[in-house]
Amino acid sequence: MTGSMRTIAMFAVVAILIIGTGILQSWNSALLILNMGLISAVMALGVNLQWGFAGLFNVGVMGFVALGGLATVLVAMPPAPGAWAPGGAWRIIAALIMGAATIWATIMVHRRMVKGRARALVTLGLLVGGFIVYRMIFDGGVAFVESINPAASGNIGGLNPGGENYRDYGWMTLIAWPVGGLLAAGAAWIIGKTALGLRSDYLAIATLGIAEIILAVMKNEDWLARGVKNVIGLPRPVPYEVDLQNDPGFVERVQAWGGDPVTASSIYVKLEYAFLFAVVLVLILILAQLALNSPWGRMMRAIRDNEVAAEAMGKDVTARHLQIFILGSAVCGVAGAMMTTLDGQLVPTTYQPLRFTFLVWVMVIVGGSGNNLGAVLGGFIIWFFWVQVEPLGLLLMEVVTAPLSEGSALKSHLIDSAAHMRLFTMGLILLLVLRFSPRGLLPGK
Amino acid sequence: MDFLNAIVALSNFVLVPGIAYGSQLALGALGVTLIYGILRFSNFAHGDTMAFGTMSVILVMWLFQSWGISFGPLPTALLALPFGMLGCMALLLATDKMVYQFYRDQKAKPVILVIVSMGVMFVLNGLVRFIIGPGEQRFADGERFIISARDFKELTGLKEGLAIKTTQGITVITAVIVVAALFWFLNRTRTGKSMRAYSDNEDLALLSGINPDRVVMVTWLIVAGLATIAGVLYGLDKSFKPFTYFQLLLPIFASAIVGGLGNPLGAIAGGFVIAFSEVFITYAWKKVLGYMMPESLEPSGLVQLLSTDYKFAVSFVILLIVLLFKPTGLFKGKAV
Repeated sequence: MTGSMRTIAMFAVVAILIIGTGILQSWNSALLILNMGLISAVMALGVNLQWGFAGLFNVGVMGFVALGGLATVLVAMPPAPGAWAPGGAWRIIAALIMGAATIWATIMVHRRMVKGRARALVTLGLLVGGFIVYRMIFDGGVAFVESINPAASGNIGGLNPGGENYRDYGWMTLIAWPVGGLLAAGAAWIIGKTALGLRSDYLAIATLGIAEIILAVMKNEDWLARGVKNVIGLPRPVPYEVDLQNDPGFVERVQAWGGDPVTASSIYVKLEYAFLFAVVLVLILILAQLALNSPWGRMMRAIRDNEVAAEAMGKDVTARHLQIFILGSAVCGVAGAMMTTLDGQLVPTTYQPLRFTFLVWVMVIVGGSGNNLGAVLGGFIIWFFWVQVEPLGLLLMEVVTAPLSEGSALKSHLIDSAAHMRLFTMGLILLLVLRFSPRGLLPGK
Repeated sequence: MDFLNAIVALSNFVLVPGIAYGSQLALGALGVTLIYGILRFSNFAHGDTMAFGTMSVILVMWLFQSWGISFGPLPTALLALPFGMLGCMALLLATDKMVYQFYRDQKAKPVILVIVSMGVMFVLNGLVRFIIGPGEQRFADGERFIISARDFKELTGLKEGLAIKTTQGITVITAVIVVAALFWFLNRTRTGKSMRAYSDNEDLALLSGINPDRVVMVTWLIVAGLATIAGVLYGLDKSFKPFTYFQLLLPIFASAIVGGLGNPLGAIAGGFVIAFSEVFITYAWKKVLGYMMPESLEPSGLVQLLSTDYKFAVSFVILLIVLLFKPTGLFKGKAV
């Protein structure tokens, strides 16, 4: 009973923090924190599935989040006019299929043939030949697609049926969320197949590398989602503020309440987002909770606590690890798609490992690994501090430097640097929690 | 003549930068591998340790420059290097006392220490950005080239130039000296031998009266020195930016793992393997092939296997290949 009291008390603290922000700063920023907190909580749930349930050390969260973002563009944007010609997008797809077939053939050859010089030669020949043919098909397609109106598009676009009026099909972004999960799951399957047999440290480095590779692909393959030229103006599943402000019914209702239509419209939009995100969070949370308490969840924890014993009991440890690695990554992918939807744009350069991988880890560790509610709590609390440490740090610096004379170099340096306090603070929180409450705020059972 | 030109072009664009980058990675990987061997965890804060050491060097260097001290044709940063190393050593000893020692006494699992090092990584990253800012610092001064491309062309009469930057020369010379000193220390001195004994078999080493606290302290001191040197050499050659140093973590770990974690010789080999594969695969071979092939076969494209932005992918693929076929690395590393 004390456990659930503690849970309720902790979530009450989160509610007070967010409501306090609303009263002291503005309801807009409070809702911003709430929305990103919901998304962070989903990410933390995904990592908690892998780390808390199965003890898998995945530091490639950023990659899966970015793939979710990519899915939003590939689903919700309209297909680029002209790009889907036989010499363009179809040719790229043909090249990709051909590349995958080459790798598959190489693996088959490697498995079937007898070890020896002949196998090495055939493998090498297949890889080199396959790569040359792949580049010959691929490069032409890319050049074709990227030459179409490069200033505004130059990519293949997505699946939105609306064409010019794609913004009317905002519900397509909702479809993008599960698709983002699928895309991340696919990537996780490939990674898991190769890297999951490795020891925990190696898996960490491998996932760290994969995340960087996914980001490198998204930054450089302009035909895919315009690379560093960014995709802006994604459709959204909620009404636009401008439309609300021009809607006489909405304005009338707001004025009846005595509010300002501009502020009200933006709060209304954020509330709708919050509702959508909360539905996803609750859904995933319920599923994760059911999984944790099912025989499957007990098996997972048994594997986590003693792999050798679990294997001796006839459990297929590698297959179960692969399964949960895919599931956790898929959850991160869904969160990534939700985040890109909220932002309304895909900017690959904003994906930073400290923000999207290691911060999520801080959330899970601080919240309590192995406890789903703990991960959710960690998501909210850490996100709140991530946002609020900056103004607090600035305030602190102004107090500290108050005795210094106006215009002194040290004072201006300290005040300018206050923005970097947040990384420092996050590290400090993580170290303090690990030291004094190593199982987190809400310890798992 | 064409053949000579091809060799010069290859040296200029592939061999010289590869050797310099490889030395920098090797020094970084040595630090990672020593921590893994003695303290038995993967230190995620190593990139930021390098950044901190480099930052201390830059700060001391600015002080020297304001006093009007310079090092002639060599970069002033070399004069400031010992002081920066001291700063970095103080930092690492302090983190060990305040953070790591607790978990060592508890005999915590290695993965817990990895997560702890993530916390240290955040703190150091914030600290460096707080003190020197997130921007880029170029701090190489003194003579720019040992031999510039134009001098080389005039000297030899070849069409291709070979430029060797002072920083590249310094990198290689320093790396050789540091590695020689480190191996002398590990193989010849009493403390070095006790470190190796501790790394090979902790219990046996304790039984034979080796003081673990001393071994750990010496390890941190060496790692601080190596990290600062690696960071300064990389910064002199390219530039210093906190975020770039954080990203160096990946190729450095790849080097250490490819060579065999915990094996110093492996770390050096791994550094060069990673550096050369990165440069080889992202280099546009058009020029070299143009000299080597008859005119009719001259390639029309750049003959670049992958764009330079994929260099992380290269270190990663090498890492995976080695791990799949030889899980303990090229040289036999240890598995905890």
